[in-house]
Parts: sequence; C-alpha cells; structure tokens
Amino acid sequence: MELSILIVKSLIILVIFGITLLIATYSTYAERKVAAFLQDRPGPNRAGPFGLLQPIADAGKMFFKEEFIPRQASTWLFILGPCLAMITALMSSAVVPFGDTILVDGKEVMVQGIDVNIGLLYVFGVVSLGVYGIMIGGWASNNKFSLLGAIRAASQNISYELAMGLSIIAILMMSGSLSLRTIVEQQHGMNWNILYQPVGFILFLTCAFAECNRTPFDLPECETELIGGYHTEYSSMKLGFYLFAEYINMFISSAVISTLYFGGYNYPGMDWVRETLTGSLGAVAGHNVATLIGTIVFFGKTFFFIFFFMWVRWTLPRFRYDQLMNLGWKSMIPIAILNILLTGAGLLLNTKLMSWVMVVIIVLVVVVQGAVANKKRAQTQSYSKA
Amino acid sequence: MADKTFYFLTFLTLLFALLVVFSKNPVYSVLYLILTIFCLSGHYLLLNAQFLFAVNIIVYAGAIMVLFLFVIMFLNLREDAEPQKSTASKLAAVVAGGMLLVVMVAALRRVDAGSYNPATYNSQIGLVENLGKVFLGTFCCRLNWLRSCS
Repeated sequence: MELSILIVKSLIILVIFGITLLIATYSTYAERKVAAFLQDRPGPNRAGPFGLLQPIADAGKMFFKEEFIPRQASTWLFILGPCLAMITALMSSAVVPFGDTILVDGKEVMVQGIDVNIGLLYVFGVVSLGVYGIMIGGWASNNKFSLLGAIRAASQNISYELAMGLSIIAILMMSGSLSLRTIVEQQHGMNWNILYQPVGFILFLTCAFAECNRTPFDLPECETELIGGYHTEYSSMKLGFYLFAEYINMFISSAVISTLYFGGYNYPGMDWVRETLTGSLGAVAGHNVATLIGTIVFFGKTFFFIFFFMWVRWTLPRFRYDQLMNLGWKSMIPIAILNILLTGAGLLLNTKLMSWVMVVIIVLVVVVQGAVANKKRAQTQSYSKA
Repeated sequence: MADKTFYFLTFLTLLFALLVVFSKNPVYSVLYLILTIFCLSGHYLLLNAQFLFAVNIIVYAGAIMVLFLFVIMFLNLREDAEPQKSTASKLAAVVAGGMLLVVMVAALRRVDAGSYNPATYNSQIGLVENLGKVFLGTFCCRLNWLRSCS
C-alpha cells in the first residue's frame, strides 16, 4: 500500500470516527428540538444561535459534575460499564460503506473503514456485545433497581436479536453476500431492497428500536418503575457516556438500515450525474465529486431515520413488559421465519417480489382478527344488556 | 510476526482461562470466560477463518455468555453465601479432575495433528463463500447421514 493511499485511508477512518461523534452530539440537540416541535414549544434556544451550542454546554456540564462511585459497588466494573457501552457503539461504524470510491493517484480508495466479507455478521456481533456495557454497569452499581434494569435490557436484547438476525437472513438470501458494500452495489438503479423486502424492513426497524433501547422499547430505563434503570447510580460523564452510546447506536442503526434497505449511497439518476460531472470536471475530479454527492445522499437517508427514531419516541407510549416479550417471541419471530420461507420460494420461482405475499397475509390476519374481536365485543355487550 | 501474535494470544487465552477458575466471584469468572472466548476467536482470525470468528463471537460471547451472566446476576452469589464444602467432596473433586487430566493427556499424547501441503493449500477456505460450499457441497451428505443416525 502506497503512502498517499494509506494517508487517505487513515483520514477516511478518522473522519468517520469524528462524524459519528459529531452526529451523536447533535442528535441530542435534534432530539430536544424535535420533541419541542412535537409538543409545540421552542426547545433549547439560549446557547448560541438557535441553541446550537447546547450539546457542547451539556457536555461541559457533564464533565464538571462530581464523579461518584457508590461504596458497595465493584469499582472496576462500575467504570468498565460505560466504557464498554461506548466502545461497542463506536465499533460497528467500521464496516458501513459511507460512499463509493475516491480516486487517489489513479487508485480507487473506498469511503469505508474496512470492507470485510463478513460485514453484516461483524455488525451483528458488535450489536450483540452491546448489552454487556449495560449489564455490567447495572450489576456493579449494587442497586436492585439498576440490576432489574440491566436484566430487562439483557432479556430484551436477546429476544430481539433473534428476530433481527432472521430478518437479515432474507436479505442475505437475495444478495448472496455478507459484505455491506456488495449489498449496496446490488441495489444500484433503484433496486432498493425495501421494494423486495417490506416485511423484513419493518422487522429490522422494530428490532433496531429494541436494540437501541429507544421508546417504545425503553423498559431498561423506565423511570416510573425503576427510578433510572441501569444508570441509576451513575453521575457525571459516566452517565453521559451511557446516554451518548444510545445516540451513537441510533446513528449506526439508521446507517445500517439505509445501507440494507434503502440503497446506501445509491440515488435515482446517479449514473447521469456521474457522466455529466466526469464530462465537465475531468475523470478524477468528476468521479470524486460524484462520490461526495452519493455520500451526502447516504447521510440524508440516515438523518431521516434518526428523525424517525425521535418521531416515534414522541408518538408511541412505552410497552408493558409482557407485551414486549409477546411481540418479540410470538409475532416477530414467526413472521420473520415465514418471510424467509416465502423469500426462498420466490428465489426458486425467479421472483424477488414474493415477500409482498407476506404483507397480504399479515393484512388479512389483522383484518380477520379485528373483525373477530369486534364480534366478540358486540356479543359480550349484548349479553351484558340482556 | 504471526508466530509472536499466536504465542501472545495463546498466553492471554490460558491466563484468562485460569482466571475463570481462580476467581472467587462467579460474575468475574463469567467475565473472564468471555475474554477467553474472545481470545479463541482471535485464533480463528489468525487462521483466516473470518466466518468462524464472527459466529463464535455472536453465538458464544454474544448470546450464551449473556445468558450465563444473566443467571448468575439473578442468583447474586456472594463469597460469604457460598456453602462450605466438606473435605471428602473436595478430595473427590480433585481425584475426578486428575482422572480427566490423565485421560486427556493419554488421548492427546500421540494424536496426529495432520499436516498440509503449502503448495496446494487454499488459504481462502475459511471465508464464508468457500465454507458454505464445503458445508453444503462436499459434506452435505455426511451431515444428513449424521442427522439421520442421531
């Protein structure tokens, strides 16, 4: 590997790291602004223009607060908890393809940390490790509420990981590759997976919510039942890292969703844009500018999903715990398995659209169930009248 | 370079494995076991078996060990709550463990680790595409046969 390519590659990795942190920081600001918009109030607007310096002020406040470690806590694990949460959150951005290639010295360098042929499994492995930060922190606090929060987090993550893995398998069967870059390249020319895997997309999105511990699945930090959940005993920047890790996870899952289902850096008419740019700016500059536009489009998609996370947070109420488990085990996993079977049948019949049959089945089941429930309700009402 | 990495990784694996046994607190034991599994995954990576690496982390470190930790946290074992074992049971445990060691050493002493021919060896065999072909191609019938036997 030549030196210039090495420098460009390290720059890309550093930039990805920095952008991840920056987006997570400003997600906190965006969350408060979105919340304010949905609740018809101005939101943070004192620090800087439009309150843009608010996240920095918050971080400063967090750093200068008192570090407190409970006397009965196991000190090292107490410190290890937030560190692990942060590390696992940051690790998964390494394999996400943020853009096409850039030309340096006549060689193509990918806008991506690493392109491994187990990309998706890597993301999945890192996500499955994410629960350790919460569990260790919750246990080390030596507080029953923290422990309950940690155990809720663990059982929730394990339950929804299954459905998540199964919904990914349908994508893998269609693409035949685990590399995220290959999956993106196959979606070139409006062949976005959302058109072929609507059910898989909804399953994956729901599981992403559960894996990030976001509302409506934020039972690990349910204030009304558990005080503060697994981070009850945490203060200062250790608490800050836990909260921050949640926002990083949100960004990464949005990025992965737009990679898997929404074509990544592909956008309609990108070939025309590339040809026009290479025609007017020359081969190298045109290619690089076209890649830049693709990356911007990718971030646009990602930001939409981050907004979606916040939108849902202020729209849906929190689940009860048994509802959460019923949804995970009794609805999502059977649907995911059926989806795999139908996708497989579709691949044998040479059609990618088989997953839509699943949509029809689900709609039918819901309609029939609703009708039956209505009938029952009408019956009980007529009984009570008689 | 690869040699040194291997020895370092092996040292770490054995160290964490020993710490699993010698830790007083069962939660620490589980955490050391997770580190041991990570080191074993590192060995897979050294052998260029990326798929096994990922699957080992997802299944063992990500799922099974979470369940272990889950159960042990629920039980909330403390050092003072640990029941005192009698000398006879300790002696029995030592004898049983020693017997297992003898059996293992006897079985593994003369084992032929096999060798490979560098000229014909396919270093890409551990990648997921090749592994899938081997699994569902060459060994497909044998897997089915094993399943019908069990």
